Amino acid sequence: MLVTQGTFSYLPPLTDAQVKAQVQYALDNDWAMSVEFTDDPHPRNFLWDMWGLPMFDMRDPAAILLEVQRCRDAYPARYVRVNAYDRRLGRQTTALSFIVQRPKNETGFRLERQEGPDRQVRYTLHPYALDRGAGERYER
Amino acid sequence: MTAIETPPRDAATDRWSSGVIPYAQMGYWQPDYVPKDTDVLCAFRITPQEGVPPEEAAAAVAGESSTATWTVVWTDRLTAHEHYQAKAYSVEPVAGTPGQYIALIAYALDLFEEGSIANLTSSIIGNVFGFKALRALRLEDMRIPLHYVNTFQGPPHGIVMEREYLNKYGRPLLGATTKPKLGLSARNYGRVVYEALRGGLDFTKDDENINSQPFMRWRDRYLSSMEAVNKAMAETGEIKGHYLNVTAGDMEAMYERAEFAKEIGSVVIMLDLTVGFTAMTSMSKWARRNGVLLHLHRAGHGTYTRQKTHGVSFRVIAKWCRLLGVDHIHAGTVVGKLEGDPNMVQGYYDTLRKGFVERDLMHGIYFDQDWGSMPGVMPVASGGIHAGQTHQLLHYLGEDVILQFGGGTIGHPMGVAAGATANRTAVELIVQARNEGRDFFTEGPEILRAAGRWCAPLRAALDVWGDISFNYESTDTPDVATTATPA
Repeated sequence: MLVTQGTFSYLPPLTDAQVKAQVQYALDNDWAMSVEFTDDPHPRNFLWDMWGLPMFDMRDPAAILLEVQRCRDAYPARYVRVNAYDRRLGRQTTALSFIVQRPKNETGFRLERQEGPDRQVRYTLHPYALDRGAGERYER
Repeated sequence: MTAIETPPRDAATDRWSSGVIPYAQMGYWQPDYVPKDTDVLCAFRITPQEGVPPEEAAAAVAGESSTATWTVVWTDRLTAHEHYQAKAYSVEPVAGTPGQYIALIAYALDLFEEGSIANLTSSIIGNVFGFKALRALRLEDMRIPLHYVNTFQGPPHGIVMEREYLNKYGRPLLGATTKPKLGLSARNYGRVVYEALRGGLDFTKDDENINSQPFMRWRDRYLSSMEAVNKAMAETGEIKGHYLNVTAGDMEAMYERAEFAKEIGSVVIMLDLTVGFTAMTSMSKWARRNGVLLHLHRAGHGTYTRQKTHGVSFRVIAKWCRLLGVDHIHAGTVVGKLEGDPNMVQGYYDTLRKGFVERDLMHGIYFDQDWGSMPGVMPVASGGIHAGQTHQLLHYLGEDVILQFGGGTIGHPMGVAAGATANRTAVELIVQARNEGRDFFTEGPEILRAAGRWCAPLRAALDVWGDISFNYESTDTPDVATTATPA
């Protein structure tokens, strides 16, 4: 399966040049870039691990791409995303967020149904990857 | 009888004599009045009856929408009436349309109950709209002072919270209304919801007239829709939602449906405008309390928003809905099948989304409007739009919008999921192109066409609908210029 979180998941994987163009757009908007990674792609897991702090003062897209690459090299079997943060009053939230690396085999989710009275069902989404220990969840 | 035909009298001596005197002489016309920061201001388009001076017509509107009645009453003298009287302070003819005038009227803040759109509208669009001395009357715009804005809850969540809740950033959200509008059983309904969501949409939607009919009762629809939502989430790893319409014949039934929607895990419910302002306000408070997004369908608004000379502009309805608090509201597409001049639609979208909206007659905005920190409402573009228009939609409507392709998803020749994939791919392509600095408005068709080489659903969508447009002239356009609705 393909986890389709992020702004550009329905496009073919972005090339580094394409990533750089998006980073440039974000910097032109005065947004701060950050890189995050995870091996828990549950859609309600917004707390991906931070690859360092948001790069508030970094204006060079090449330098940001370098951090992306360093994160990919360190965690080749995890999801990596690039975020742009808009600190302006009235926003103060993420402005753009897209996946720039995926594990080779995205194992997807199990939908668990707990049947209750009156035909009600409680649903739980369980990432198959979580059945394995941290650091071993996806193939390298 | 009208006030107008009464011969003028000496205002100083006769103001309080029993009988009928012109509204203007009763103090409702004050051309020198300087509005206070705390005043509620209204711009009315007035079409007086033959022989009625526009200043008197404006004064009559001010009078009838505030303290006046048709004749002098001595009991006014028991009050600080100068304070409570609304003041018409400007009347200007509308260029190019003889007989029409824009009247500006100021109302003291004290005239209105805090946090009550019902109270506000009972004054401003109460009896006055049936007033005989006017052939037609339209409320074009209102300035709600920040003092009054802050007595309203506003959107239960707002655009920023919604994006964080859904974990979706940087692009318009995508939806579709389940079709056919009426007649599907719960199981068939769930099929449409599931296919549309797994194919790439963020939301699906009940139609405004889907409530709880013999062919599908609400509870069955809710259960089958949530099965579809959760299954689509498992297949995509994304948060999905279906607007469960809780509109019903009474408040108790609406609360019951909303509670059930929450219990079974829906992130969003919906209401129809037809339930009324007070019911909407109650559901808004419920939605804030329960962490459920609130979608509003503007069913019925065209009966009073569309004609240019009489009624209430949609930008005013949008303003009231932001105050009473909804998270989504249908606000026009520009390019689709429903009324919507691009300038007017821009005015609606600004009113819903911005923190401060500047006066801009081209967009139908008559006053500066300060929203303080009240969150924005996500506008919804729905009705006759398709993937081939994505570049136009992003150009006209921007990024904080929900694009709802109902027929444009469900009518796809390869199936509902393929229709959804076509729409989602088109949106991501155009956003990518915009961010890369390309002239996406001009190059849009070419960008989409090129992607059709690797995205078969998009190619098929363009083949079927690529040339479809609804190119009619709009009814409601700015006075300062007329433009045709673009294809």
